[in-house]
Amino acid sequence: MDERRFQQIVDGDGRIEPRDEMPDGYRKTLIRQIAQHAHSEIIGMQPEGNWITRAPSLRRKAILVAKVQDEAGHGLYLYGAAETLGADRDELLDMLHSGRQKYSTIFNYPTVSWADVAAIGWLVDGAAIMNQVPLTRCSSGPYARAMIRVCKEESFHQRQGFEAMTVLANGSPAQRRMAQDALDRWWWPSLRMFGPSDDNSPNSAQSMAWGIKRFSNDELRQRFVDATVPQAEHLGLTVPDPDLRLDAATGHHVFGEIDWTEFFEVMKGNGPCNRQRLERRVTAHEEGAWVREAAAAYASKQAAREVAA
Amino acid sequence: MSSAQPLWEVFVRSKRGLSHTHAGSLHAPDAHMALRNARDLFTRRQEGVSIWVVRATDVVASSPDEKDAFFDPSGDKPYRHPTFYDVPDSVTHL
Amino acid sequence: MVDPDVSQYCLRLGDDALVLAQRLCEWAARSPQLEEDVALMNLALDLLGQSRSLLTLAGAREGAGRDEDDLAFLRDEPDFVNAQLVELENGDFGRTMAKQLLVSAYALPLWQALCGSTDADLAAIAGKAVKEVAYHLDHARSWVVRLGDGTEESHLRMQKGLDEVWPYAFELFESDPLLDRLVARGVAADPAALQPFWRSCVEEVLAEATLSVPSTDWRPSGGRRGTHTESFGYLLAEMQHLHRSHPGVSW
Repeated sequence: MDERRFQQIVDGDGRIEPRDEMPDGYRKTLIRQIAQHAHSEIIGMQPEGNWITRAPSLRRKAILVAKVQDEAGHGLYLYGAAETLGADRDELLDMLHSGRQKYSTIFNYPTVSWADVAAIGWLVDGAAIMNQVPLTRCSSGPYARAMIRVCKEESFHQRQGFEAMTVLANGSPAQRRMAQDALDRWWWPSLRMFGPSDDNSPNSAQSMAWGIKRFSNDELRQRFVDATVPQAEHLGLTVPDPDLRLDAATGHHVFGEIDWTEFFEVMKGNGPCNRQRLERRVTAHEEGAWVREAAAAYASKQAAREVAA
Repeated sequence: MSSAQPLWEVFVRSKRGLSHTHAGSLHAPDAHMALRNARDLFTRRQEGVSIWVVRATDVVASSPDEKDAFFDPSGDKPYRHPTFYDVPDSVTHL
Repeated sequence: MVDPDVSQYCLRLGDDALVLAQRLCEWAARSPQLEEDVALMNLALDLLGQSRSLLTLAGAREGAGRDEDDLAFLRDEPDFVNAQLVELENGDFGRTMAKQLLVSAYALPLWQALCGSTDADLAAIAGKAVKEVAYHLDHARSWVVRLGDGTEESHLRMQKGLDEVWPYAFELFESDPLLDRLVARGVAADPAALQPFWRSCVEEVLAEATLSVPSTDWRPSGGRRGTHTESFGYLLAEMQHLHRSHPGVSW
């Protein structure tokens, strides 16, 4: 293949479409990244879904249902994008179910209180948006298009989380405690969502050259901290980092050391909810097999009946 | 037993007067369910007033190999565009 | 405008929608395929929307200052007046679709009739709900036909689910003095008048699905008077506990 032509398109900020020639490594990297992104969306339904039936008001219940539904939808957009690159959704799901492909480590933490739902919207979706907005301009046409749709729809996710957090932070002492506790537990895992420092992220340079990645993990993390710390101050909550301070010279926040041991442990499968999340996903898939089989059987019967008629 | 469901391409007319535009794809066992899945997935925020679904395998696409032969020849025919022609400043409504 | 009869009627309608939505919510991240997760959440959102409007109206007609959340979260089990059918546990996807079919085939003619209610607020809610439940019926019908006429296993499961929920459908068509008064005023739909559509619609779907119409003399009832099945207490406990744990706060 003509790799020069491919690189020219990428360097010229053009889009690579599914039937264009592209290096094998590019296609494989993209499929893996899009699939893991899709897996994260559908596993991400669980921690928040955990509170749908217990949401404390009907308004919050409706918002939460709409949000969890969006996550299923975003998973579908992304699996669709991966399929245009030659992947097969059933195979990608198999890889998720058998642990051969990963999803974001953040979803392996439990949602133990209602404030966790708010914290996920505010912090986790906030971090996700930082990651995703640059992807709307990535070199892959299908991935960029899926991300445009996702980002457009997700703009309400972070806002509803911040709004719910605001109510808790300004609420009763018990609600306030709930809010602070959620921030304490979700802050560091959210910072780790951007991935290891670029010195330890072997694929970063290649992804940058391919136009799949536009900013380094550290740059995005810094942007997230700079955006979020003033929001926490507005809420009157304390970010659980004694080393956190604003560097007047640079205008950026300096933050403490990130514990990467925990990140790699969760990645390996040793987070609080890894087993539970995957088992729930596999169970839903297996228990739904008879329904999918029935639908396929009905479709072929109908097709046969139409031919006969 | 196989439960593999075909892939469908979804086209949505966002409002009356506009054409159907490709929105994405999804899996469904048959056309009836594909339309309903498309409605649920792609028009949750009132994005559409009409939907087409087409089996992905039924779409015939031009090949990137033929790209030069297909599309480049139209590049050197500037006379198809109104800006090709000189119109005196004093003449209007042209 | 205080009107205890209308308030009570709106509670019945609102509780039906709320409890059915709550059961559908239990499917989140558990459905047979991703597309269906999206579809089921759409149904749940429609029903939640209906219940919020109806409970708000019930509160307004009651005139005691109770809002949708007071009614949803602070009433005890005997004060819920939904039909028992909607509170039944989901079971497998076939049983859930059987329940959706039986409820939706009742809800469609109900809301059609209520579009002409003499209570303008109720008629306005009906105008929106009628389109939603038409889609719910179409959705349930699509699945009941596919599962009934799919594989041998799906046929058996679909028939079993249908048989289990079927007896509970008849409560939907019962009359009582409250309904008699409201029908006479042109506010409520006469439940008996809804049954012919329901019957023919359901029978047509079951025929297409190669399923048999269950026959039973057992017709459990009592939801409209606050008598519920055992599982309902757990549904309410789950739905209400957080709200009740923090009295008087905002969310």
